[in-house]
Amino acid sequence: MVTIIDYGTGNLRSVANAFERLGAAYCLTADPERIRRSERVLLPGVGEAATAMERLRAAGLVELLRGLTCPVLGICLGMQLLCAESEEGGGTECLGLFPNRVRRFAQQSGIKVPHVGWNSIHDLKSPLYRGVEAGAYVYYVHSYAAEVNGCTAAATDYGGRFSGSLWRDNFYGCQFHPEKSGEVGRRILSNFLSL
Amino acid sequence: MLAKRIIPCLDVRDGRTVKGINFGGLRTVGDPVELGRRYADEGADELVYLDISATVEGRRTFAELVERIAREVDIPFTVGGGIASAEDAGELLLAGADKVTVNSAAVRDPALIDAIAGRYGSQFVVVAIDARRDETSGRWVVTTHGGRVPTERELFGWAREAQERGAGEILFTSMNHDGTKSGYPCETFARLAEELSIPVIASGGAGTVDHIAEVLTGGRADAALAASIFHYGEIPIPVLKAALRDRGIPVR
Repeated sequence: MVTIIDYGTGNLRSVANAFERLGAAYCLTADPERIRRSERVLLPGVGEAATAMERLRAAGLVELLRGLTCPVLGICLGMQLLCAESEEGGGTECLGLFPNRVRRFAQQSGIKVPHVGWNSIHDLKSPLYRGVEAGAYVYYVHSYAAEVNGCTAAATDYGGRFSGSLWRDNFYGCQFHPEKSGEVGRRILSNFLSL
Repeated sequence: MLAKRIIPCLDVRDGRTVKGINFGGLRTVGDPVELGRRYADEGADELVYLDISATVEGRRTFAELVERIAREVDIPFTVGGGIASAEDAGELLLAGADKVTVNSAAVRDPALIDAIAGRYGSQFVVVAIDARRDETSGRWVVTTHGGRVPTERELFGWAREAQERGAGEILFTSMNHDGTKSGYPCETFARLAEELSIPVIASGGAGTVDHIAEVLTGGRADAALAASIFHYGEIPIPVLKAALRDRGIPVR
């Protein structure tokens, strides 16, 4: 059973649909007790970092998420929230499960922001990428990105290199949307289900 | 490296996929969800579904269709046709659409772009522009209602305004080229790319692999959208992708 955290940041349907296509049981909840007892937790996120952190705080989930020992996967903004801090919202302290800082893409290098579309992932490191080849394409939609460091589990180039994915202990993050990444995304989510 | 996108476009009327030639002579070609899944499996990077139903009943069918697409298709998809308010767009977001496209309604009421982008983000709004080049003046006149009604607006000015109001992408169709299979106006696309900082999707006119390669290179478009060449199997997506790759164009 995957627990998808429903903390009021937009549309959870595409993530839920992806688990449905994989035949996996899931529930949508913000109930701390149910999240604490979960087998697997998915932290989705669409929207803005400061507002999303505020919502997690209001739902009483900040310390709870930090203390989880089951596999936890943050997607898109959900991954950024697992980082130390984000530049978005004038500097937002996040959950700090990854030491990375999240910065806005600099427009100087002639790149278009947001970074939207299919881009390739390299230097794949975590069990999420079992059976996924380096150079595989995944679908991104974002304006902020985590820097590369020892937790980087997949790197992508876009006006410089950033962390397309992070991994530390039982915490995993995908900046891209596996639920929208066709066959490669299916593989990544089904690897998450078998962690 | 960011891949250039190939986007099949499915026109839907009363729940069935249709494709018009120059917006006339509609022909039914299949079930929209089934067709979308097939394209996704073949390597399409995104899908666009346009509702061209004329009836209330047809529109209701389309909203249900969007939910089905979201359940069964695992690549991003855009929906459009008749979106006239941020509420309309919000319903499609809840039904599972990744983006919406607005066209005539945005020309009529440009603040619609600000309203949707403000509420759901720029990445959710694609502004579609149908324009026809006046052969005497050389001016690209923005049209509405599937190309039938000319407006006072000019292509480049309107595209810039749409971007400033929060459009995340511009989808441009040349009404001179649409349905002709004679290629895209590449200089016009290159100028759009020059003047805008958001992605441009090229639509209308593709007949060969070379046409698509040209608009993605010389035309500097980020994506190419087409319908009939895919619906009638003239250029299967895997063949197109392989040919673009051979030409050194980054594709997935």
